[in-house]
Amino acid sequence: MDVKTQNTSDTTTTTMTGSEALIHCLVAEGADLIYGYPGGAIMPFYDELHKHQDKIKHVLTRHEQGATHAAQGFARATGKVGVAIATSGPGATNLITGIADAQIDSTPMVCITGQVGSHLLGSDAFQETDIIGISTPVTKWNHQITRAEEIPEVLAKAFYIARSGRPGPVLIDITKDAQFAEFDFAYAKCEYIRSYTPTPTVNETEIAQAAQAINEAKKPMIVWGQGVILGEAEEEFKAFVEKSGIPAAWTILGVSAIPTEHPLNVGMVGMHGNYAPNVLTNDCDVLIAIGMRFDDRVTGNLATYAKQAKVIHFEIDPAEVNKNVKADIAVLGNSKETLAKILPHIEQKSHTAWHQKFKDLYAIEYEKVIKNDILPTKEGLTMGEVVNLINKQTNGDAIIVTDVGQHQMIGIRYADFKKSKSNITSGGLGTMGFALPAAIGAKMGAPEREVVAIIGDGGYQMTIQELGVIFQAEVPVKIVVLNNEFLGMVRQWQQLFFDKRYASTTMKNPNFCKIADAYEIENQKVSTRGELGPAVEKMIASKESFFLEVMVEKEDNVFPMIPTGASVSDIRLE
Amino acid sequence: MSEVKTFTVNIYTENNIGLLNRISAIFQRRKINIESLSASESEIDDVFKFIIVVNVTEEQMAKIQGQIERQVEVIKAFYHTDEETIFTESALFKIKSNLLFEEPQIQNIIKESQARIVTVNKDFFVLEKAGRRSEIELVHRELKPFGIMQFTRSGRIAVTKTEMPISTLLQRIEESNEVAFGKPQA
Repeated sequence: MDVKTQNTSDTTTTTMTGSEALIHCLVAEGADLIYGYPGGAIMPFYDELHKHQDKIKHVLTRHEQGATHAAQGFARATGKVGVAIATSGPGATNLITGIADAQIDSTPMVCITGQVGSHLLGSDAFQETDIIGISTPVTKWNHQITRAEEIPEVLAKAFYIARSGRPGPVLIDITKDAQFAEFDFAYAKCEYIRSYTPTPTVNETEIAQAAQAINEAKKPMIVWGQGVILGEAEEEFKAFVEKSGIPAAWTILGVSAIPTEHPLNVGMVGMHGNYAPNVLTNDCDVLIAIGMRFDDRVTGNLATYAKQAKVIHFEIDPAEVNKNVKADIAVLGNSKETLAKILPHIEQKSHTAWHQKFKDLYAIEYEKVIKNDILPTKEGLTMGEVVNLINKQTNGDAIIVTDVGQHQMIGIRYADFKKSKSNITSGGLGTMGFALPAAIGAKMGAPEREVVAIIGDGGYQMTIQELGVIFQAEVPVKIVVLNNEFLGMVRQWQQLFFDKRYASTTMKNPNFCKIADAYEIENQKVSTRGELGPAVEKMIASKESFFLEVMVEKEDNVFPMIPTGASVSDIRLE
Repeated sequence: MSEVKTFTVNIYTENNIGLLNRISAIFQRRKINIESLSASESEIDDVFKFIIVVNVTEEQMAKIQGQIERQVEVIKAFYHTDEETIFTESALFKIKSNLLFEEPQIQNIIKESQARIVTVNKDFFVLEKAGRRSEIELVHRELKPFGIMQFTRSGRIAVTKTEMPISTLLQRIEESNEVAFGKPQA
């Protein structure tokens, strides 16, 4: 294959084993904090890790899935490539959920798996599995190494592919004999692969067409996604929004690219998004999509989605253009570049009357939903008021990591974000169990920031074993379990669409505080409003990890809601 | 737009183990049957080529093209309709040798279909027929009553009537890279 690499300052070669070479590759790529779990086929590498603890900190998770989510949390909080290590067979297959999650949410991650010796490949050897075959549909790229000589070039490619263009997960499988074999090592970073165009060249005609359509629009609306954050285009995006004066709504993964309280931020689109941006999607005349992919949870019924609008799609991945929604104008390229290029062509506007429509609909949503969620008058605690109290105690400076379900929607709807990269959640795959290990990775990647994991009682028990990492590696993560003793989101659907037949959604939960005790994590359980405020305050004030269990209303629902198959403008408030 | 048509997809790639799996997974995920597949070298040194035939709508085809081109080791994918393509398939028929002499009709079939006898020995002879699917199927239908010991048909191979701009594309990639990173190393 035609791959060009650029030699770093050190071009001399040194004889070493494949395992030691792997260490040098990771160091050269800046991967000094990695997550993983040892086992037979990856032992030579772990032996080298042991010798190089000064260069690379390895965090032992309690399950390989936890290693992938921790690597994802690290990547999402830092913008760097996350690294997860596992052995062959079950170690490798346990990575798959995290890899699939990283693929659909475009998270840069490199997974390294050990493999049985090359002479045993295909023999159904102990702990042999075809991880290349298994991981192919959920990786951006994968490759099996059977000779030590391949290691530098393949690892350089892996990191380059994982982080460039639209980021994604890469899996490298390395046979045990390749880890043991000696060769002459030299490392050069990869900067080019012939068959791979990570970032399309910006087309000036597309920029001009888009600018004209935006300037002529009477009721334009922006929907931005994670592409703004991945492209590190927050400044360019803010300048574009402020100059154009266009109401801007976000997809779940786009949140925090501009602050929650920014006057032009009109909230979240999609199934449990805000009322105004959903309804007005079907009223705007120009819909400007930036770094988002029109997921079905965003669009509702495609047949009735923004049909009146001219659609402009700013996108780095050409395969996303016209995939779900036909773009009248596609602007291909990295959002940082395209937004900077279009800015001089954009006319300064304020769209005052159009903004008023958003404000009017927000007022309706506030009265019918938001007020009752965050400032409830009923006896039982709501998820919204917990999030509201966390906002107050953290001044919106925390990284909020959420799991999947009702608490996720409430958490993201009501969390106050001031900085980019402040929310980490499993968006596309909807992986329950994501939050606890992802929060560990986020806190280790951004130790200066407060990290609060908000988790449901269901998802918490899917990766609860990772409390062991908090215990052993002393990671000061704050954990909030919003306990309604139900798999809440599924229960909500059962109530609304399955005549309240609560099939397998009730949970008899263990004493979560005793479990926290076992890991020596300070903890508290609250059931009343009076206890809640002081408990949240105590949790945030703590310098160490803290577990807070909040017993919330058992059968609260998340609204607004667009039922599956309905149009975005048919969003229900109750 | 929603009419299902036959498309010939030409995929220019790097030579890499596992790439076929990656490409076929794109069709499998969408529950689209691959009608035929062939893999070979291309007109360019070190560039390989898959030719895949599928029956889909043009809208589906365009999306699949995008998904194929997203793969790191795919250089470029093109799709064409039958009208835009010169294509052929090849088939081999293994038949008992005695029939060649005992059934004069077989000789007529060979003559009329312009099939070629590849080899003859005392037990069997092998007939090769290249052409459109319908022509091969016709020969198959005509020979079947006499007994076919073995039958194999290849995937479609095709060239397009218009230019396939892969060489210029590669040159452009090469040049833009030189501008971006300086002269590439040997």
